[in-house]
Amino acid sequence: MEIALQQMVNGLTVGAFYALIALGYTMVYGIIRLINFAHGDIYAVGAFFGLSVYGLLAFLHIENPVLTTLLALVVSMGCTGLLGVLLYRVAYRPLLHARLSILISAIGVSLTLEYGLFLIYSPSFLVYPHLFGRAGPSLGSIQISWLQAVIFVSSIVLMTALYLLVHRTKIGMAMRALAINQDAARLMGIDVNRVIGLTFFLGSTLAAFAGVLTGLYYSQISFLMGFLVGLKAFTAAVLGGIGNIPGAVLGGFLLGILEGLAAGYFSSRWKDVVAFGILIIILVVRPRGLLGERVVERM
Amino acid sequence: MKVPTGHSYSPYWVALTVAVVLVAIGLPFFGDAYLIDVGTLVLIYVMLGLGLNVVVGYAGLLDLGYAAFFAIGAYVTALLMVRYHLGFWVTLPVAAFTTALSGVIIGTPTLRMRSDYLAIVTLGFGEIVRIAATNLTFTGGPEGVYGIPHPTIGSLVLRSPRAMYFLGMAFALLVLAGSYNLARSRLGRAWLAIREDEAAAQAAGIYPVYFKLMAYVLGAVFAGAAGSFFAVKLTAINPSSFTFIQSVTILMVIILGGMGSLPGVILGAAVIVILPEALRAFDQVRMLAFGIGLIVLMLLRPQGLWPSRIGQIERRAVATSEASAAAGVSSDTPSTTG
Repeated sequence: MEIALQQMVNGLTVGAFYALIALGYTMVYGIIRLINFAHGDIYAVGAFFGLSVYGLLAFLHIENPVLTTLLALVVSMGCTGLLGVLLYRVAYRPLLHARLSILISAIGVSLTLEYGLFLIYSPSFLVYPHLFGRAGPSLGSIQISWLQAVIFVSSIVLMTALYLLVHRTKIGMAMRALAINQDAARLMGIDVNRVIGLTFFLGSTLAAFAGVLTGLYYSQISFLMGFLVGLKAFTAAVLGGIGNIPGAVLGGFLLGILEGLAAGYFSSRWKDVVAFGILIIILVVRPRGLLGERVVERM
Repeated sequence: MKVPTGHSYSPYWVALTVAVVLVAIGLPFFGDAYLIDVGTLVLIYVMLGLGLNVVVGYAGLLDLGYAAFFAIGAYVTALLMVRYHLGFWVTLPVAAFTTALSGVIIGTPTLRMRSDYLAIVTLGFGEIVRIAATNLTFTGGPEGVYGIPHPTIGSLVLRSPRAMYFLGMAFALLVLAGSYNLARSRLGRAWLAIREDEAAAQAAGIYPVYFKLMAYVLGAVFAGAAGSFFAVKLTAINPSSFTFIQSVTILMVIILGGMGSLPGVILGAAVIVILPEALRAFDQVRMLAFGIGLIVLMLLRPQGLWPSRIGQIERRAVATSEASAAAGVSSDTPSTTG
């Protein structure tokens, strides 16, 4: 039981990363029906940008851990968000109406980002600054580090903010309108390209946030870190019901917990198989996911 | 307007085809061992490309875990030959059957899905196969299987690179003849109909799931045969040959060449194998160039280098008939209004 609870705490932390990345998949899919293959790598780019900011601040002798972390988060989120918009404009926008081509273009973007990081930064693991120790409150024998608590709470805050943005603001209404019918939305005077661009921006900033926190949590990052995590975040999005924002959050946390339990009770070497097994079963048994609506293929 | 003719070959393409055939035949006699091995690798990618072409090019199903079938074929042959001392020719039908069976198992529930979901499920399947091969003990774990014996024909042991090249050539030609005939069979026409308009095909009495499954399983069998050959060619296999990148590379073969086009697949396989060999000095930027190349290709020439003529002829025919219909309408209009 203690193993289960401890694994659930760890699973909630990893689940927060999955949920933050899954939101990017789900928003983009909801609006332009694209599985953005490169989204996992956007998350990796966010982690590397964050590392660069830490490096720069250390060079300038700014060493307050809270201040540097906030700066790393904000700068990395901004830059990664802009990169997301740029990639949309260059690699996706011209292919919006070619389903197969745009997916292959997305694979190309994924490889470009991975090996771009490989060349610019390093082919091996890079070490993140070790700012926050393992200390924290303990409930009985269950250890929770402050970092885990911060990751969990800040992710929830960001997700709530996103939910409010999509459901309570005018731009959010435009996004939802696009998801329902792009042509009708354009006729209503919505600047379709700007709204899609904003969607890519928001998704990329959330991924970058997850990337920097991943670096702090695992204290190391590599250029390929986004591939597997991206796949699992997509799994989470599908699990919750793709196109659905609360679904992505639920799917992310659920996948994190299931994976944590699988690692605790079987072996961590098989936890990826558990994740992909869940993906295949969900797609076969309930393709619309836990909270999703029925989607009919009509392209 | 020029009426499109089905069988006009420009002298340029005829010359190129003749050159390719001459190089393919001449290579084992004039090339050194290294060149012959590169040639054999091209043949393996020709087999894989032709197999995936059945799935993606003919039936229009995006498979991102194709390397899984390649892996299953290779592992079945390797394990049967090393652990149970069976001959290569006995393992080949077993490998084909195993890949076909796994194709049915993974295809039956998933081929009903939305096409992009299918891409992700096949990707997940590919990863599961690779992780299982890495973690299981009977597959040899990360080291894989080594000491795979050479194939024999009667008392003749096919050991030299040249002999393996000819064996690969025989495999590739069989697969080529198979895909050529498939495209022109009842199956091929059904795939074309489904790919172009699934609802219309269904209305015409074609049950899409059955034909999609056929494409998926046939593609799997081709990959299984290629895997068997790969195992005896390399005499050692390990999970690192069957990654997601391998699946993407095979996909690149057919996208580069032009989906659904057989000469395109051969051209694509040659480019995919020879270009990285030629760029070995620039190993670091190879994958980056690959990624950028993929984007640029999709933006500039999504139909590939040597696209399929089947689709083209029909599209041109449709365009012509539409154009003539439009011309007819516009020539009619003045008379009716005037």
